Amino acid sequence: MNFTLKIWRQKNVTAKGEMVSYDVSGISPDSSFFEMLDTLNQNLITTGGDPVAFDHDCREGICGTCSLFINGRPHGPAKGVTTCQLHMRAFKDGDTIFIEPWRAKAFPVIRDLIVDRSALDKIIQAGGYVSVNTGGVPDANTIPVPKEKSDAAFDAATCIGCGACVAACSNAAAMLFIGAKVSHLALLPQGRVEAATRVQKMVACMDEQGFGNCSNTYACEFDCPKGISVANIARMNREFLGAKLFAEKERVIKESL
Amino acid sequence: MTRLNARIPEGPVAEKWTAYKSGSKLVNPNNKRKLDIIVIGTGLAGASAAASLGQLGYNVKVFCYQDTPRRAHSIAAQGGINAAKNYPNDGDSAYRLFYDTIKGGDYRAREANVYRLAQVSNQIIDLCVAQGVPFAREYSGLLTNRSFGGAQVSRTFYARGQTGQQLLLGAYSALSRQIAAGTVKLYNRRDVLDMVLVDGKARGIIARNLVTGEIERHAAHAVVLANGGYGNVFFLSTNAMGSNVTPAWSAYRKGAMFANPSFTQIHPTCIPVHGDAQSKLTLMSESLRNDGRIWVPANMADVEKLRKKQIKPSDIPEANRDYYLERRYPAFGNLVPRDVASRAAKERCDAGYGVGATGVAVFLDFADAIKRKGHDAIDSLYGNLFQMYEQIVAESPYDTPMMIYPAVHYTMGGLWVDYELMTTIQGLYAIGECNFSDHGANRLGASALMQGLADGYFVLPYTIGNYLANEIHTPRFDTASSEFTIAAQSVTDRLKQIKNSGGKESVDSFHRRLGKIMWEYCGMARNDAGLTKALALLSDLRQEFSLGVKIPGGLDEYNPEIEKACRVADFIELGELMVRDAHQRRESCGGHFREEYQTSEGEALRNDDEFAFVGAWEYQGRDAAAGLHREELQFNEIKLSQRSYK
Repeated sequence: MNFTLKIWRQKNVTAKGEMVSYDVSGISPDSSFFEMLDTLNQNLITTGGDPVAFDHDCREGICGTCSLFINGRPHGPAKGVTTCQLHMRAFKDGDTIFIEPWRAKAFPVIRDLIVDRSALDKIIQAGGYVSVNTGGVPDANTIPVPKEKSDAAFDAATCIGCGACVAACSNAAAMLFIGAKVSHLALLPQGRVEAATRVQKMVACMDEQGFGNCSNTYACEFDCPKGISVANIARMNREFLGAKLFAEKERVIKESL
Repeated sequence: MTRLNARIPEGPVAEKWTAYKSGSKLVNPNNKRKLDIIVIGTGLAGASAAASLGQLGYNVKVFCYQDTPRRAHSIAAQGGINAAKNYPNDGDSAYRLFYDTIKGGDYRAREANVYRLAQVSNQIIDLCVAQGVPFAREYSGLLTNRSFGGAQVSRTFYARGQTGQQLLLGAYSALSRQIAAGTVKLYNRRDVLDMVLVDGKARGIIARNLVTGEIERHAAHAVVLANGGYGNVFFLSTNAMGSNVTPAWSAYRKGAMFANPSFTQIHPTCIPVHGDAQSKLTLMSESLRNDGRIWVPANMADVEKLRKKQIKPSDIPEANRDYYLERRYPAFGNLVPRDVASRAAKERCDAGYGVGATGVAVFLDFADAIKRKGHDAIDSLYGNLFQMYEQIVAESPYDTPMMIYPAVHYTMGGLWVDYELMTTIQGLYAIGECNFSDHGANRLGASALMQGLADGYFVLPYTIGNYLANEIHTPRFDTASSEFTIAAQSVTDRLKQIKNSGGKESVDSFHRRLGKIMWEYCGMARNDAGLTKALALLSDLRQEFSLGVKIPGGLDEYNPEIEKACRVADFIELGELMVRDAHQRRESCGGHFREEYQTSEGEALRNDDEFAFVGAWEYQGRDAAAGLHREELQFNEIKLSQRSYK
């Protein structure tokens, strides 16, 4: 198969970027999208060009490193897959393919198609954990967890932290990412204890990092490679509201004493 | 030559760990604050160690090449994690887990370490559940288990087909908590390129900032390597593209011995290679062998018709199928250990019975299981794996059997460590896949996650204190000292040398050539002539690489080609050591199959009289052959016998 590629090139965070056109030929339809880009880069290296930088690692759809905005969609046209699981058979021979980095204020471009997503780490550091220490925990079967809840927690916990939800959102909101972590932990008895403080800290950090507010378009769910549901955003909002109301009630009680 | 001393505590095997913990030195909380520890890698071992050490009060610096610790390749582990909980009441115990692991490793692992691993396995499950890891549960709300290869009990805890992901996110959350608390400092997008020794002790590292290209110096009282396995020496493997041996290899060059490098695991169930542009291989979890049946056609006529697409797999009647694992190993059937299953697949394909366009694949068939359990039950067990398969191959395993073939997956060999997980360099530790200690010549499924977390959560935090207790009077190190300056200079020189080699061939091209040599001569089957040939080919390759690699871009900027070049240069050297190791081991054991040493039925033939030892290699300089040291293995608990799964 042959393709024309229009790729965003940007030397570093301060440089001005531009779209540059490349042709690739002789690509197998069974090749992955990255194997197609590997072929382009091998050609660029041997002909004295500058290979295109892109983030990738596991190439099996689980590490969340890959982050290409392909033809206006995070992770490209196929549903429920990451860029690394996209195969060239998803395109037509002779197609022109536009490849850009994630676009969001909180994700500055490092080079070409690579962005800095450490803002997502910061949000987890703000509270995306259960505060247990190594050692001194009860036997794993001490607290039964209803299977339905455990399964729902798993569905939320399956988020790979790629940031496609942010790239898909017209407001560059990270609410699906945070909603998934808040839900995962709030649904389990182990995470319930800190649920109220967790959601407040994570939401505050989200604002600090420069993410926007929910656009209510559900684009995040549509483009999430792991199919994380927007119901998790609703649960986060409920948790957040509950936490704030509860805090208000506490304050009133304290003041009345 | 240095004598290897594993420093195994005295006493019965079941009491060694308790005795060790009672007798080891402690560091009081005020002193912990004055002690710095560097951890390299943020997979299960590295993240769990960094989080636990930070929680204890040490100052921890953690390094990863990825953009965030959560992406380390432990994330891709699918099937599960073993523990001797005996929740199913099927007769499991720490002793049985220990026994299965030693036997599964074909009697080439150290008893004391493996027993400790089995003992702490239960604590791991408790901790992970407390962290919020959503393991699979029964309708009672209690945890459920499944079976894995090499065991006759169900002891594997799992989170659908994403157990590694969930466990790593648990460790990552614990790590994030410590980063927020300020006990751990994260250095992401860094390659660790050298170890710094002061007076023979590990005192720091030289790292390269992958974004800016800056060469950084970091000092500490102890250094912990958790940089994973070296399967990418084969180019095509199930490892992540960035997985590399470089930190461990730099330690080897500084005097840490490298043990059993030739012990690599070829996983039986991976998606077959599609063509020349292939960049990596994808594993299909071993858990699929619980319900999938492996077969090839029994008649050559059917093989040919299949290849010409004149018939479908389902057209071949039961009587004309060869379920070769069930035929050869009736007791374990499709659940034989990985090395056995891989070799059996190779045997059938070499004999011409392979399926698929290339003839290098076998069927993994779920038709019976779907009939027996129903579509929904199979979907809940393996849904994400089936989906993954369909995305790559464009065929649904619900409609037609999967096609699979073995691929490089895990490396049992690694840096030699003693009972405390310390390498032969004082103050330098190796944990998780990058050490050699627990899996002998073959690792059982669901044991890698167990070992990574055991080392990081429950072993290293104790053993490192025993060393650091003697370091409380050692002040923090000045990275301007001559030791750091020399190490940083040698890293810079090496980078410049690679960059300026002025050749025409890309790094990937060299890497593919290396992979072909390793797979051909040091892969699933090895022999004297092939290994001798490989040594010559690798020597040539090393020479060509140093003169002929082409690196575009500069050293002081983001440059993936220079990153890859450093890794491939180390892989080529490692390849030579693997071949030497495979050559000296004139026996077959586990994943190491020497064609000259097999039983009349084609099974691995061990030679316990001459080879019941760990082969630890000592670096003797760039152009000299490495020196072999032996740690004789003592089997006091388990009687050595031919491993039988029949």
